[in-house]
Amino acid sequence: MAPGRSDRIRRLMKPLVFLLGLMPLAFLVWGFLTDTLSANPISDLTKESGVWTLRFLVITLAITPLREITGWNQLQRFRRMVGLFAFFYGCMHFTTYIYLDKFFEWQEIVKDVAKRPFITVGFSAFALLVPLAATSPNVMIKWMGGKRWRLLHRLVYVSAVAGVVHYLWLVKADTRRPLTYGLLVFILLAFRLVWYWKARPSKTGPASPAHRPLPSDALQ
Amino acid sequence: MLIRRAGDIRSSEITDEKLYRGRREFIRKASAATVMLAAGGLFTGESLAEPQNQWPKGKKGPYDTDEQPNSFKDITTYNNFYEFGTDKSDPAEYAVNFKTSPWKVAVEGEIKRPAVYNLEDLIKPRTLEDRIYRHRCVEGWSMVIPWLGFPMADLIKRLEPTSRAKYVEFTTLLDPEQMPGQKRPFLNWPYREGLRMDEALNPLAFLATGLYGKTLPNQNGAPFRSVIPWKYGFKSCKSIVKIRFLQTQPSTAWNDAAPNEYGFYSNVNPAVDHPRWSQSTERRIGEFFKRKTLMFNGYTDQVASLYSGMDLTKNF
Repeated sequence: MAPGRSDRIRRLMKPLVFLLGLMPLAFLVWGFLTDTLSANPISDLTKESGVWTLRFLVITLAITPLREITGWNQLQRFRRMVGLFAFFYGCMHFTTYIYLDKFFEWQEIVKDVAKRPFITVGFSAFALLVPLAATSPNVMIKWMGGKRWRLLHRLVYVSAVAGVVHYLWLVKADTRRPLTYGLLVFILLAFRLVWYWKARPSKTGPASPAHRPLPSDALQ
Repeated sequence: MLIRRAGDIRSSEITDEKLYRGRREFIRKASAATVMLAAGGLFTGESLAEPQNQWPKGKKGPYDTDEQPNSFKDITTYNNFYEFGTDKSDPAEYAVNFKTSPWKVAVEGEIKRPAVYNLEDLIKPRTLEDRIYRHRCVEGWSMVIPWLGFPMADLIKRLEPTSRAKYVEFTTLLDPEQMPGQKRPFLNWPYREGLRMDEALNPLAFLATGLYGKTLPNQNGAPFRSVIPWKYGFKSCKSIVKIRFLQTQPSTAWNDAAPNEYGFYSNVNPAVDHPRWSQSTERRIGEFFKRKTLMFNGYTDQVASLYSGMDLTKNF
């Protein structure tokens, strides 16, 4: 049977989201080639990759609440990809620091990470994403088991909070942007707490269908 | 208003702007092609931008650096001037209609005749000169800028401070309608900066009314700003409307905002880190690799004696 129209749209969505995820990088490359970045393009690269890491983390964290609110279960299909984009821009950000800021002077880097709170917390935020990216393939989820996998992947909350703190501690005076991300992450985490609290098994009977626990979203 | 003497630079020394742009264009296209070819190899070149030949290289005066000045574009599009917004591109964007004429400067405190001057009257008796200075931002980047102006000491001597004057304070215009950044409490507006009297009288301390031989662009602190090349950039005060001579050390804007991060002296010092980041290296705008930051931004010979016997880790 030939695939239906909605099936074709469904299949197109993933490549489309993938291309959208590459747009920030494309804009940076375009800006570099057309000489429209600032006078300090390396700083632009560092800042943009950092901010996009945080943005993709926020989008990742927003997917489950959005699905709950809208009932649009299709959203779940994009969560892993969006999360991996957060990791991708995190790698870029980390690389600009290791290479373009420190030029692989490892002693300096170790000193920096130990001594400077905003680096320590930023480094942690990135380090926490590594096991999440490494365990993102289906085969890893099967190998770990859904329960342990979900437990591990709660680290994304810690990483997002650490990312916001990293941003907040590095700005000089204008805290509006870091605080905006802080508020978004707070709302997204608060949603989960409330949701979790509501989904507690009640003494009077089984949880109502509306309060079912989070489905094992990765194993569809 | 700001007419500079002809004859300082022979016109033959200056690269024609069209030729210059053409070269830039060629280099940009060539480098774009290289990047495409080298895809994945990341940046392998020495610098991201071609050296800017718009300002002739080489020193003319005893206080000039012989380093290559940054391009006019770099100097006028990458600015920290929070009165117009906290992004580097904000000042160039939001200072376009900033009104710098007429401009009055109040001179107050420990001087013989406190008064309010028209800026022209403060500048008029002086011949403007170029000063090619290094500029080091506390954020860890630096530029070389050919300023146009006159020594701070010249003005101070003419204003005749009394013997009680130990410090001089500069204040930026307070005008939230023209300076949208002042609508938000990033700092305790208006911006105030200060120097010890002997620092202000040092021959390097400069008052700029222009750069690149032209009238100072609004985003660089028009019409009138201080330039203190051995201190971090924020120690200079832009769009000055008040000069006050004091017996005691004045409070300054960044010191008010974060006293443990921005000291009164704020001399460029690679050995004293900012509490949040290292100050041992800097990125010169236009260069790929970072360079070591020099003590007093390379002006040790001229200014070290001002601080003899002082603990610079305490008086940072």
